Amino acid sequence: MSHDAHAKLIYMANQIAKFMESKPHAEGLASLTSHINDFWEPRMRKHLFEVLDGGGEGLRPLVIEAASLIRRPKAA
Amino acid sequence: MKDFIIPDRDFGTPAAKSKTMVTLTIDGFDVTVPEGTSIMRAAAEIGIAVPKLCATDSVDAFGSCRLCLVEIEGRNGTPASCTTPVAAGIKVQTQNAKLEKLRKGVMELYISDHPLDCLTCSANGDCELQDMAGAVGLRDVRYEAVDTHFKAKDNSGKANPQWNPKDDSNPYFTYDPAKCIVCSRCVRACEEVQGTFALTISGRGFDSRVSAGMKEDNFLGSECVSCGACVAACPTATLQEKSVIELGTPVRSVITTCAYCGVGCSFKAELRGDELVRMTPYKNGKANRGHSCVKGRFAYGYASHKDRILSPMIRDSINDAWKEVSWAEAMEFAANRMKGIIADHGRHSVGVITSSRCTNEEAYLVQKLTRAVFMNNNTDTCARVCHSPTGYGLGQTLGTSAGTQDFDSVEHTDVAIVIGANPASGHPVFASRLKKRLRQGAKLIVIDPRRTEMVESPHIKAAHHLALTPGTNVAIITAMAHVIVTEGLFDEDFIRNRCDWDEFQDYAEFVSQPKNAPEAVQLLTGVQADEVRAAARLYARGGNGAIYYGLGVTEHSQGSTTVIGIANLAMMTGNIGRPGVGVNPLRGQNNVQGSCDMGSFPHELPGYRHVKGEAVRDIFQKIWGVQIDDEPGLRIPNMLDAAVEGTFKGLYCQGEDILQSDPDTKHVAAGLAAMDCVIVHDLFLNETANYAHVFLPGSTFLEKDGTFTNAERRINRVRKVMAPRQGYADWEVTQMFANAMGADWTYTHPSQIMDEIALTTPSFAGVSYEKLETMGSVQWPCNEKAPEGTPLMHVDGFVRGKGKFINTEYIATDERTGPRFPLLLTTGRILSQYNVGAQTRRTANVVWHAEDVLEIHPSDAEVRGIKDGDWVKLASRSGETTLHAQITDRVLPGVVYTTFHHPDTQANVITTDFSDWATNCPEYKVTAVQVGSSNGPTEWQQEYNAQATLSRRILPAAE
Repeated sequence: MSHDAHAKLIYMANQIAKFMESKPHAEGLASLTSHINDFWEPRMRKHLFEVLDGGGEGLRPLVIEAASLIRRPKAA
Repeated sequence: MKDFIIPDRDFGTPAAKSKTMVTLTIDGFDVTVPEGTSIMRAAAEIGIAVPKLCATDSVDAFGSCRLCLVEIEGRNGTPASCTTPVAAGIKVQTQNAKLEKLRKGVMELYISDHPLDCLTCSANGDCELQDMAGAVGLRDVRYEAVDTHFKAKDNSGKANPQWNPKDDSNPYFTYDPAKCIVCSRCVRACEEVQGTFALTISGRGFDSRVSAGMKEDNFLGSECVSCGACVAACPTATLQEKSVIELGTPVRSVITTCAYCGVGCSFKAELRGDELVRMTPYKNGKANRGHSCVKGRFAYGYASHKDRILSPMIRDSINDAWKEVSWAEAMEFAANRMKGIIADHGRHSVGVITSSRCTNEEAYLVQKLTRAVFMNNNTDTCARVCHSPTGYGLGQTLGTSAGTQDFDSVEHTDVAIVIGANPASGHPVFASRLKKRLRQGAKLIVIDPRRTEMVESPHIKAAHHLALTPGTNVAIITAMAHVIVTEGLFDEDFIRNRCDWDEFQDYAEFVSQPKNAPEAVQLLTGVQADEVRAAARLYARGGNGAIYYGLGVTEHSQGSTTVIGIANLAMMTGNIGRPGVGVNPLRGQNNVQGSCDMGSFPHELPGYRHVKGEAVRDIFQKIWGVQIDDEPGLRIPNMLDAAVEGTFKGLYCQGEDILQSDPDTKHVAAGLAAMDCVIVHDLFLNETANYAHVFLPGSTFLEKDGTFTNAERRINRVRKVMAPRQGYADWEVTQMFANAMGADWTYTHPSQIMDEIALTTPSFAGVSYEKLETMGSVQWPCNEKAPEGTPLMHVDGFVRGKGKFINTEYIATDERTGPRFPLLLTTGRILSQYNVGAQTRRTANVVWHAEDVLEIHPSDAEVRGIKDGDWVKLASRSGETTLHAQITDRVLPGVVYTTFHHPDTQANVITTDFSDWATNCPEYKVTAVQVGSSNGPTEWQQEYNAQATLSRRILPAAE
């Protein structure tokens, strides 16, 4: 996975986080999680986890906090 | 023009709306009609046709021809039945010796100034003047005309100054003043139906003439928008379709639905044999009520354009020329390639794009192809790039992803907000209906960076035009909510009953923050705070408030947030659930609503049900006999990313030109180029086909059966008018391909596909072709609870239960102006062209818009030394292109605007890959750009054109 493609997913995850941050914390966290689970294809989640597992550099705290809640894609 | 094929009866005057009924006697028969009905219409109700010329039921009575005279017992004189309303107990006589004599006299005068070339006249057999001469028994004309309007030379051989030549400047119809009886039907249609006011009667008395615009104007040069309302209203050959002049009168007609915008007008396709003579708007069409625009009425010539591809084609590599092959060979080639990809890269490496121009049945089959045959959820549709935020935003707040009203609702609206939409260009027939309501006194608020035709046009002026900086919709909408909450203008009863009061409290607290006040956001939005306050007050307290919005709302990085904000505004002011109010997305393409309904999105099955739901998957699994993937699939931009990454290799793309219509052309091209099998199923070798390996020729809406669903959720029938020129309807082609992939589909008619949709999808449970035959059309949800469909949604409760308020924090887009790119580019469309122009560019509509131009404010032009009409270079961080400049103050300083109808312009080379946070809908409406002088096409445009030319080569067919 190229650096550029990771950058794109980090950007997208942060965009979602910014919207969810204006909700009460618990609701925002739950909404961000379900948004990614519902709309991100496993390949995208796999790449997101590559970033998260590597420490989540560049991701907003809400996304990092959601790491344990986001569904890990089944191994292909 | 009278209706002579399937007679849509002309009642002479519009229907009255009163609930009070009045009974009278006409020619000895009792008739009961609503108060305010004309005697002419009351007579027509019981089958008595009073002779008439200037009356037609699309416009108000005028009383000028004096042919419809009647006698009323106990009243003096012979009043005109069109302008005389009914009264209780009156006794009317429509025919007696006195009336006969009067009518004959009137007709005699008309005919004395009319050429008697009926046999060779283009309206022969379709002329009301001819019919009325017959109806009144005119056998003799006693007058020898001295002064006439129809003789080119007078009796002494000198040129007749009263004679005017035929005006054939409009590409679709002619105006022949020699045939005109000055009944004013055209002028009134232009005013009352279309609302353009392009026509007038110039002169007085004998000099009275129908005139388009000023004296020196012709029809093409005038304000005329070529909607055809005048042509439809004309009783003679004065305003006549050129196609009728050329081909003769049609002999049969088929009711069908327009394949252009999301209004979904009903038309009569009128034919001779299988030759289409003309399209006329269908009076009983519930979306358009007998009106049309230039696209639907006239721009159908693309169906027989020479560019249409009629044979399947294949090639090994996109660098090869195309080879024409049989359907069977094309299917085998395509299926082998796709099977190979799946074998090598897994079932998730392929996908589909459904078309918003095709029918519901066709979209359903294409998503079924990926779900049941490819065994994944990689399906998306062009709604991704237009109204996906509507789906998300309205789904979250109201519970269903569609507009809340029918179009008739606008007749009850008191305050309309039009935001990020220019219906006069994009949804013209709806614009005419809105303008009619505005002329009756409704108020209008326009929120748009550009001064569109809606802001000010004849007899229309917006009460407020909030000309905001592109990208600040959320700030404006939230500021309006701030005003409504802090000034106590919200509807507490509605909120307590229909929404969650505690949630509203949270939302109220959020919007009340000082940072959301109009004064605080003024610097961001560029809109005066007092204007925002006034607009908010008007919407909240001005009576029935309706919001209509378009892609200027959705195509932003905060598109979904704005949709949520719009729903919030409607809920807090109680403007939901009755006629005249609501949240109304103006859908772009004819069937974009339908393609979304049909499960075209990668996360949901038909009827907007997420694929994670086991019960929902079960319904389809039972019928399809397959296991459905429970993970969401790839959206279009994700497909392209995955293609570049190497994990997505094959695409079946029906009726959609992603290379031209999707943002960041270079990225799309790279994604397509990385795939091993791109199947394009389309009418023409579109731009995407430059990167395709298989081309399957498509059929037009005239060549197949099916249904389209318009912006008001109305399911309208599309009927086969002629056989597909390339042999198969699109649903048949998809079925052939699915079967080549190993499926066993056996549909023989689209009605069977609709039956399957009804069986699996609760909101369509009551829909069938039989019902559509009897009802004409039906709005979903249509099921046991609403067997006749649902014109208004959320009447007693929201679909999701309680309406949900969600905070709408303004987050500026990362697309920002700076020293390199100091201007903001926004995009839109114009009346005569449609979407990427594949259809309209192949019609005479190009006379109105031969190329895309760049609108730029005089001050921005001046500092750059740009003059009107100059070639200019438009550059963003994504790319650059060139086009001609048009200097205008319709755009604000700092903002430039263009359309995206022409592939040569490649406006999407400029647009960036920023997208909506929730749906990846691209941010077309905001791009930071620079504009400078140029000598002509850029290197990219030249390279692109060279590649396109190379790619479009077709080998001569093998002998």
